[in-house]
Amino acid sequence: MRREVLLSTAGLRAGYGGKPILQGVDLEVREGEIVAVIGRNGVGKSTLMRALIGLLPATGGAIVFKGESVEALPAHKRATLGIGYVPQGRDVFPRMSVEENLKVGESIRGSATAADYERVFASFPILKERRAQRAGTLSGGQQQQLAIGRVMISSPQLVLLDEPSEGIQPSIVQDIARTMMEINRSTGVTIVFVEQNLDMIRTMAQRCYVMDKGRIVAAIDAHELDNREAIRRYLAV
Amino acid sequence: MEILGAVFAAVYQFGDAFAFLVLSACGLAVIFGMMGVINLAHGEFIMCGAYVTVMTNRLGVPLPVAILAGALVAGAVGVLVERLVIRHLYSRPLDTIVATWGISLIATQGTLIVLGSTMPGVGTPFGSFEFAGLSYSYYRIVLMLSAVAVLAILYLFFTRTRFGVLARATIQVPSMAEALGVDTRFIYAMTFGLGAALAGLTGGLYAPTMTMVPTMGTTFIMEAFVTVVVGGADVFLGTAPAAAVLAVVKATLTSWYGQLFGQIGLLIAVIIVIRVLPRGISGFILRERA
Repeated sequence: MRREVLLSTAGLRAGYGGKPILQGVDLEVREGEIVAVIGRNGVGKSTLMRALIGLLPATGGAIVFKGESVEALPAHKRATLGIGYVPQGRDVFPRMSVEENLKVGESIRGSATAADYERVFASFPILKERRAQRAGTLSGGQQQQLAIGRVMISSPQLVLLDEPSEGIQPSIVQDIARTMMEINRSTGVTIVFVEQNLDMIRTMAQRCYVMDKGRIVAAIDAHELDNREAIRRYLAV
Repeated sequence: MEILGAVFAAVYQFGDAFAFLVLSACGLAVIFGMMGVINLAHGEFIMCGAYVTVMTNRLGVPLPVAILAGALVAGAVGVLVERLVIRHLYSRPLDTIVATWGISLIATQGTLIVLGSTMPGVGTPFGSFEFAGLSYSYYRIVLMLSAVAVLAILYLFFTRTRFGVLARATIQVPSMAEALGVDTRFIYAMTFGLGAALAGLTGGLYAPTMTMVPTMGTTFIMEAFVTVVVGGADVFLGTAPAAAVLAVVKATLTSWYGQLFGQIGLLIAVIIVIRVLPRGISGFILRERA
């Protein structure tokens, strides 16, 4: 059974201050998939994430989400359609409590219930424990869990994760990967993530896109993912 | 009794200076602290609130209602100014200074042309009372209570309401708030409107104590900027303690050497604070906590 296409781009272009980074990206993600975007540093993976959520305007091409063209919409409108974005560096609101951070995440859908909070706390128990603590004083791994919990509070259909393993100790990375897969299984949320960490890619991804010089240059299917060397070659600097 | 009288006089002077500093600065502090915009038209929003208050009061509307009307009109003008001018300059902070200065000149001269060089005011209500041989104004006590109430309401607004939480998120990491579904342009417009409304409220509250002239806003400007500079970017951690410290300086020097030395004292205080704490009191507190 083939699932519906949730997100697709065609010839997507974007860049900073007239300097083009994305040079025509074509990709397609189906409902419930977990797809990794891999590639060397500076090939435009994070730029792709920012262009998908709308923090960086598309200078050309199309982005279609749930059958609707969204490339002209501001980021907050795309979010309310059901896209959750977890940026590189996490960007928690440092001078607000964990609970207040989650409250901002409610904006994706407009409101959340006590059950939504319980669901997020079940996935990330540390957030319940630290709910009154200022987010800026959490460790990197805790901030990452908060940044993910903050979008999950609104049950988005698509989550964009930008380097979830960056600056986090390996044991926590594995925890986060397992939790994301659990959430994917139980809610059917679609996940697109940028990653350099081979273990996290092999644990989570069902398939991969490989980026180079602002384009998708290869796609790796599920059975090829077992081949460590193939992936390592694409990640090599 | 003489000592009690002197203590009361000192407390009253301090309270009066504190109220003036807090009320002068709160609107400017909200706009600067929350948005990073330096609003040189702050005094004209105060003037707007004062004029609207006096005009509505003279139509027979009770003074408290007239003051609220002044705040509302100034707030509405603020939202309009944000839409038409400020919004286009968020990435150009220096240009905002020039633009708001221009708005300030237009507002002052426009008022002069339309309403003349002066306007009959309204008298100060409630009269006065005597304590230990000195006479005090009841209305000044009302102003002190208003300053404390404004601080309390602002605090509750920014910590307890949904809008307040979203506004703080927008100030801390604007791009992330936007990516989480917050309409940050709306938040900025409302925040600027709130700052303008607070300035209007200040104008309305002080209108009964002042001469109504188009340049009356400048009376507040020096105190407002000194308080915001000393306080730093955080409205709650900055404005209230800065106003308290500066009120001691101002009240002491004013009662000993007169108004002029009170003002000079404030300027010296601000120079010292900038040398020691370049990011103001709140910058200092936040660095300690981080």
